[in-house]
Amino acid sequence: MNIREQLNIGNYNAYVKKEMPKSKVFSECIRAFFVGGLICTLGQAIRNFAQYTLELSENEVSAFTSIILIFLGALLTGLGVYDIIGNFAGAGSIIPITGFSNSVVSSALEFKAEGYIVGVGAKLFTVAGPVLVYGISSSIVVGLIYYLLKLLGMA
Amino acid sequence: MGGKILPEGTMILENPVYIRGKGSAVGQEEAKGPLSDYFDIKADNAKWGEKSFEFAEKKFFMSACKKAVEDAGLSLNDIDLLLGGDLLNQIITASYSARDLGLPFLGLYGACSGMAQALATGSMLIDGGFGNNILCAASSHYATAERQFRSPLELGTPKPPTGQDTVTGAGATVISSEKGNNKVVIRALTIGRCVDFGITDANNMGAAMAPSAVQSILTHLQNRGKNPLDYDAVFTGDLGMFGSKLMIDLAQKCGVDLSEVHHDCGSMIYEGMKSKRCGASGCGCCAVVLNGYILRQLEQGNYRRILFTATGAMMSTTSVQQGESIPGIAHVIEMERV
Repeated sequence: MNIREQLNIGNYNAYVKKEMPKSKVFSECIRAFFVGGLICTLGQAIRNFAQYTLELSENEVSAFTSIILIFLGALLTGLGVYDIIGNFAGAGSIIPITGFSNSVVSSALEFKAEGYIVGVGAKLFTVAGPVLVYGISSSIVVGLIYYLLKLLGMA
Repeated sequence: MGGKILPEGTMILENPVYIRGKGSAVGQEEAKGPLSDYFDIKADNAKWGEKSFEFAEKKFFMSACKKAVEDAGLSLNDIDLLLGGDLLNQIITASYSARDLGLPFLGLYGACSGMAQALATGSMLIDGGFGNNILCAASSHYATAERQFRSPLELGTPKPPTGQDTVTGAGATVISSEKGNNKVVIRALTIGRCVDFGITDANNMGAAMAPSAVQSILTHLQNRGKNPLDYDAVFTGDLGMFGSKLMIDLAQKCGVDLSEVHHDCGSMIYEGMKSKRCGASGCGCCAVVLNGYILRQLEQGNYRRILFTATGAMMSTTSVQQGESIPGIAHVIEMERV
């Protein structure tokens, strides 16, 4: 018995893909949209509070909003709630800044068992690392292009 | 002179190998499932009073082993050898348990096929006269497997629909050369080959393992001259719901209908639990279902003869990251009520 000889199943990967249970893209998009929207609305509320009630300057308002959202993401991760939200909302809770906070804090919690140096210290950015590397790299590239265009008087 | 080997890895045991004792320990989630009543020991939480999840996994492994030895009416001194494995790097759960149990130990790695790998190796050793009582065990833990193979527990990234959840738990079996009051016997087994159909998605292990399950089960049937219906049940380890469907389809395409007798431990253990998507996986999955459910069914006479096929996906995080495809393996153990 040799399954390769017995089976005439040209491309197994294509066959598997066809038979695979599919993600419910539509309902997942709706959930992501609403939860993501909710997080952004909360962000806007914090922003308005900083701007009109605390009367902070434009720069301070941005920093204040980010700090609060990052704190909330971290807190909910620590309480074990953020992954439940994430399972429901998918990208809706991954994309906002709270998702970034979740990726760093979840790694910190996970690798605490290996100590503060080789555990938390080394593994803190296992998930967020690539985002930082390529986020910062692309901002440098964009900055460089902007600088060159400015030199040429085109920007 | 012991048993004999037929082509393609089927071994017919000359001397019967009896199942003498069994033990299973599971985590909370498994204890919520439909097989809950069959498990011997249920942990109250994933850490089970230990300082890390890895320590907890060892506690599961040790508890299952001790329970199996006790169930066999033996003490650890009567055990000639411990065979076992798990999913963690360098199979630390099995090795550290072996340290604490103080038994001669052969560590086995066969990914999720660990339980059948241990039973197969142990049966051959007993048949060859190299032991009277051998303890076979396998374990896995959701939290330790997630951090090694996937992402941090609290990370809010959902799994795809083909993703399976690693079982928290361990199962152990004492096999013996003595008949005594034992009711279940191992007569034959098939050591599987690594079959690779080119699946590279580590979140679709059912699809990676299904061809190997078909390969091993059909080889076993052929070498034994049997039909699927000669068995009351053909169990697979952790193909999950999607993998099971693929396996039935592939076997059908090879001209064998397994749909009447097939059950998948990975689909059974979380059956009816909505949050569990495609079912369970992990060494512990078929180990706890075998030692909790299947052996009891055999002992009580609800099954007369079964095939127990544990399946494994033989990849590592490195091989997956480098884009290598995932080979599957499946070992078949034929058990019978005497």
